Amino acid sequence: MTSLGGDFSENARAAVTDPQLQRAMAHVKTGFIGKRAKAAARLPEFEVLRDASRDIKDHTLAHLDLYLERFETQVTVNGGHVHWCATPAEARAAILDICRQAGARTVTKGKSMIGEEIDINAHLEAAGIVPVETDLGEYIVQMRHERPSHIIAPAVHLTKDTIEADFRAHHRDLPADRQLSEVPQLVDEARQILRQRFLDADVGITGANFLVAETGSSIIVTNEGNGDLTQTLPRVHIVIASLEKVVPTLEDATTILRVLARSATGQEFSTYTTVSTGPRRPGDVDGPEAYHVVLLDNGRTDLLDGPFREVLRCIRCGACMNHCPVYHAIGGHAYGSVYPGPIGAVLTPALLGIEAAADLPEASTFCGRCESVCPMRIPLPNLLRHWRERAFAKKVTPGSVRAGIGAWAFVARRPALYALATGVAARALAWLGRRRGRLSRLPLAGGWTRFRDLPAPQGRTFREQWAAQKSARR
Amino acid sequence: MSNAPIRVGLFVTCLVDLFRPSVGFAAVKLLRDAGCDVEVPAAQTCCGQPAYNSGDRADAKAIAANVIAAFEGFDYVVAPSGSCAGMLRVHYPELFADDAAMAPRARALAARTYELISFLTDVRGLRAVDARFAGRVTYHDSCSGLRELGIRVQPRDLLGSVAGLELTELPEGEACCGFGGTFCVKYPEISNAMVAAKAACIRQTGAETLLAGDLGCLLNMAGKLKRDGADVRVRHVAEVLAGMTDTPAIGEPGPG
Repeated sequence: MTSLGGDFSENARAAVTDPQLQRAMAHVKTGFIGKRAKAAARLPEFEVLRDASRDIKDHTLAHLDLYLERFETQVTVNGGHVHWCATPAEARAAILDICRQAGARTVTKGKSMIGEEIDINAHLEAAGIVPVETDLGEYIVQMRHERPSHIIAPAVHLTKDTIEADFRAHHRDLPADRQLSEVPQLVDEARQILRQRFLDADVGITGANFLVAETGSSIIVTNEGNGDLTQTLPRVHIVIASLEKVVPTLEDATTILRVLARSATGQEFSTYTTVSTGPRRPGDVDGPEAYHVVLLDNGRTDLLDGPFREVLRCIRCGACMNHCPVYHAIGGHAYGSVYPGPIGAVLTPALLGIEAAADLPEASTFCGRCESVCPMRIPLPNLLRHWRERAFAKKVTPGSVRAGIGAWAFVARRPALYALATGVAARALAWLGRRRGRLSRLPLAGGWTRFRDLPAPQGRTFREQWAAQKSARR
Repeated sequence: MSNAPIRVGLFVTCLVDLFRPSVGFAAVKLLRDAGCDVEVPAAQTCCGQPAYNSGDRADAKAIAANVIAAFEGFDYVVAPSGSCAGMLRVHYPELFADDAAMAPRARALAARTYELISFLTDVRGLRAVDARFAGRVTYHDSCSGLRELGIRVQPRDLLGSVAGLELTELPEGEACCGFGGTFCVKYPEISNAMVAAKAACIRQTGAETLLAGDLGCLLNMAGKLKRDGADVRVRHVAEVLAGMTDTPAIGEPGPG
C-alpha cells in the first residue's frame, strides 16, 4: 500500500489551517535546516563526498543484477536467506511465512519505510501476530493509528503536548500524577514499556540503509539503539529492503554514510551504525538463530531504463522534505502517500502510476532547494517536470488546465496577436486598478486574489512604449 | 570595461512587458550606462516557462524556437529576471537536446544569455552605480536566480554602492516566496502559507522597501503585503540601481 488516500488539495487546505500541525512544523524549518548547513560547512570535502556518493550509486545501478546476485551469494554463505519479491504481496507472504514457521506471536520492528510501503503491520495483525514499533516516533504514530509523516522523523507532525496526552491515554497502568511534560520523561516512559517487548519478541524486523554486496551485510543507522535490540534479541531477524539499497563494498557504504547523517539530522554520524552479517555463529555471544533478507522490487527495476533511474540513488535522508517549503506548509500526511515531500512526489507516481498521483508533481514551485541539498544530487525538480510531461501527454492533467495553457500558448506563439492581447489587458487592468494601484478582486483570478491583491499594470506595455519612442526618434 | 559598444538584445519578459514597463526602461538605462547598445526584438513574447512547467513540451518548444530566432545575432541576451534567464540558459538546451538542428542554436543562445544584474557585474565588470535611495531595504533572492544561476552577491555588491541605502538581510532568505508561476493559482492555500511566512520575515527586518530581481515574486510578495496592510514598498532592484524610483512602487496608487 503506497497510497493513504484523500484528495491532495483538500488535505493541503486542512493542513494549512491546523494549528497543532503548524506549531509542530515550525520546528522542522528551524531545526533541520540549520543543523544540516552547519554539518556541511564543517566538512571541507562534503561536496566532493556528494559527488562520490552519487557515482557509487550510479555505478551500482548500472550493474544492479551483478551486485544483487553477489549479495545473495554472500548472505547464503553466511547462513542467511534472501527472498526475492516482485510485489508487496510477495514480500508480505514471505514475511508471514517466516513468522509462522518461527511460531511468532510478537514481532518487534525497527524503523522501515519498506514496512510502510508493503503495509506489513496490518497484515501481521490480521495473521494474529502483534507488531511492536520500537523507534520512538514510530511507536507514537502506531499508538495513534497513523502513518509516519516524515521518512526519518515519523512523528514530526506532533507537538510534545499531543504526545503527552497520547501516552497518558494509552499507558493507563502508570500513575496518573507522573511528570510527563518534558521530552526526556516521554523517552524514559517509552523505553520502560518497550524493554519487556524487546525481550518478549520472537521475530525482529528491521529495514536497511545499505545492503553490502561483498559481505552480504545489512547496515542500519539509528539514534535510539532500538534497531540493535530488535535485530539481536529475537530468535529470527528479518531485514526488509528495496533492491536499490545495495552497494558494492563496505568502503562504499562508509563513503555514503559520511553524507547521510549530515544531510538528515546534521549529525556527523548517527549514534548507532550497526552491521549485521548473517545469523549467530558458533561462539557469538548474541544474535539471531536465523537471518532473512526480504528484497522488494515493487516496480523499481522498471525505473532503471529511463529518466527516473536517478531517483533510485535516494538514501532516504529526508533532506529534501526538511528544506521543502510545500512540506513545511502542509506536513507529510497531506501528500496521502507513504513517501512525502519532494522524493515522495517523484517516487509515488512511479509506484502507483501517474493517474493516481498527478497532484504530487504539480504541487511544487520548482524552487530547487531540495536538489541543492540532496546528498545524492537527484535532480528532483527536473524529475517532477518529467511527471508533469507524462501527465500532460496522457491527458491526466485536468482539461481546464490544458485548455488554459493551450489558449495562452496559441497567443504566445504569435507575437503580433500577443502584443494586441497584452496591450488590451494592460490597459483594462490598469483602468480597473487606477485608484488603488491594485485589485482585490478579479473574475477568473480567484486563486490569486483570495489571499493577495493583484498589483495593477502601469498602463501601456513596455514594447508598445518602446516602439513609440523609437518611431518618435526617427 | 571595453569601449567598443556591444549589442544586447533585451528579453524584457512577459511580466515586465505587461505589468511594469518601468523595470524594462531601468534595465535599458543600466545596460546603456554599461556601454551596451540595447535593442528589443519585437518578435518576443514569453520564454515559454508556463507551458514547459505545465508539462506541455510541444508548446514550450514552439515558443522557445521563436525566442531563439528572435535573439540570434546579438552579442548578449539579457533579461531582468533570473527565472526567464534561467529558462533560456539552463532549460532551452534541455528542451532541444534531441533535436539536431535546434540543439546547437539553443546552446549558443544559452551561452550568451544573462540575468541583468549578474550581466552588469560579471560580464561588464560593473562595481558601482550612480544612484541614490534613502532608506532601509531588504532583498529577496528569487529561487531560479539563486540556485540555477548562482546570483547572490551581485545585487548586494551593486546595492552597496547606492548612496543612502541600508541593506538588512532577510531571515530564512533561501526560502521560496510561494509564487511558482501557475503553482500560486493551482494551490492557492499552500502558496498563501508560503508567502505569508515570507511576508512575516520581510516585516521582521523593519525594512521600508523590499527589492528582488524577479517580477513574478515581486507581484506575489507585494500583493500579500498590500492585502495585509503592511507599510512596505516593493520594487524591482533594477529601478533602484538605475535611480528610477519616481514611479509608484508595485501595487501603489499613482499621484492623483
